[in-house]
Amino acid sequence: MNKILFSSVSKKFVMAVAGLFLLLFLPVHLIINFMLLKNDPAPFNSAAHFMASFPLIKIIEAILFGALLIHLSYGIWLQIQNWLARPVGYAGGNKSETSFFSKFMIWTGLSVLTFMVLHFFNFYFIKLGLVPGNPQDFYSVAHNLFKIPAYNYIYLVCFVLLGLHLFHAFSSGFQTLGLNHRIWTPVVKVFAWIYSIGIPAGFAIISLTLWLYR
Amino acid sequence: MLDALNKKLIEANNDPVAFDHDCREGICGSCGMFINGHPHGPVSAITTCHLSMRYFKDGETIWIEPWRAKPFPVIKDLIVDRSAFDKIQTAGGFISVNTGAAPEANSIPVKKKNADEAFDSSICIGCGACVAACKNASAMLFVSAKISQFALLPQGRVEAKDRVRAMVEKMDELGFGNCSNTGACEAECPKEIKLTNIARLNREYYKAY
Ligand code: HEM
Ligand code: SF4
Ligand code: FES
Repeated sequence: MNKILFSSVSKKFVMAVAGLFLLLFLPVHLIINFMLLKNDPAPFNSAAHFMASFPLIKIIEAILFGALLIHLSYGIWLQIQNWLARPVGYAGGNKSETSFFSKFMIWTGLSVLTFMVLHFFNFYFIKLGLVPGNPQDFYSVAHNLFKIPAYNYIYLVCFVLLGLHLFHAFSSGFQTLGLNHRIWTPVVKVFAWIYSIGIPAGFAIISLTLWLYR
Repeated sequence: MLDALNKKLIEANNDPVAFDHDCREGICGSCGMFINGHPHGPVSAITTCHLSMRYFKDGETIWIEPWRAKPFPVIKDLIVDRSAFDKIQTAGGFISVNTGAAPEANSIPVKKKNADEAFDSSICIGCGACVAACKNASAMLFVSAKISQFALLPQGRVEAKDRVRAMVEKMDELGFGNCSNTGACEAECPKEIKLTNIARLNREYYKAY
């Protein structure tokens, strides 16, 4: 049984499913964040409140955390196995042509994780009551954070790194699930471009607008 | 080139550089080595034995290394032990038939498209360049070619489930890395085996459970 559940192909499968689920969440988050651009805090705060209280969302949130945990622990596990599979490297380097960003998945992934820890301290832990702050007014919490230049720098860099992660992740996930098709795989690649540029750009626009124009 | 080097070494009473080769016509897969950062050298779709000196500049320094992967231990100099591939192959890369007179080849119809794709997968020579090129030392391209060559044909379907389970299990057990869809294998394979085979292996594996 363990051989099936934890074979290389199964682990990749689980990781891809978890990763693709995470992909669904980002656009939702982005749409809510766009409400930060309004001068009225009410729409954003009520959206945040809805996300924090609606029962169905609670269940999805639990699945989301599970997916994240599985994705990153499997990612690290697979990566360690991959390093162990080549104990001695090439003195002259390996110049094989690859999907470029696939080489840095663990590093872009870990950067995103670091950002998420920061993010939890700034928002999620307020909701849980672990960090002082008003969970009814995340609008002001966010606006205050975006006034700090250092926060914006970190934010922007992390979203560029997320974009690099997503660019390979998007099409890689489909290939891992065995969904490779003469016509659809190129379409998936196009969506990978749109998604991995569009999503980080959306978050970055919000950061830049609030930082520089408010 | 290595022959010339070894002649010099022998004439100077030194040990020659050990390297593997057999057919010298690009079909046995034994001549693999890492040349200037690429398996089988910088020219695509050929084996080392087909790599001629005219592909290099006059006076160029050439870096040659053996395959580097935990399941391919170096025996001597440029020779590595690739018997890990044989172990994967014997785990399931076959079909079972009764001995006796060969049955009529055309009695089972096969779609032209499938026959062509199975043929394209079957030309893998087991050289190990895919493992050597892969940043994870993953053997997925090799295994997926071997899986596909049978999975696409009716004769291979009979044992398809057992085959894919056994071969993936053996591959993991031998310590090859996990595929991360980087595509170095496809870029370096002398027989131009395609990544679509890996997607097929994944599908076959999911279907087997
Ligand atoms: C919002 C966050 C994230 C999303 C949406 C995401 C999405 C994805 C997807 C869809 C894949 C492709 C899976 C596959 O091909 O099997 C992937 C791969 C990967 N992810 Fe993430 N990921 C996220 C965060 C992370 C984090 C925090 C880590 C930290 C360790 C991480 C590490 C990896 C690694 C190492 C891979 C490589 C797999 C490969 O090379 O194919 N990811 N990610
Ligand atoms: S898939 Fe290509 S590179 Fe890998 S063993 Fe077969 S012929 Fe060699
Ligand atoms: S010596 Fe047989 S493939 Fe090169």
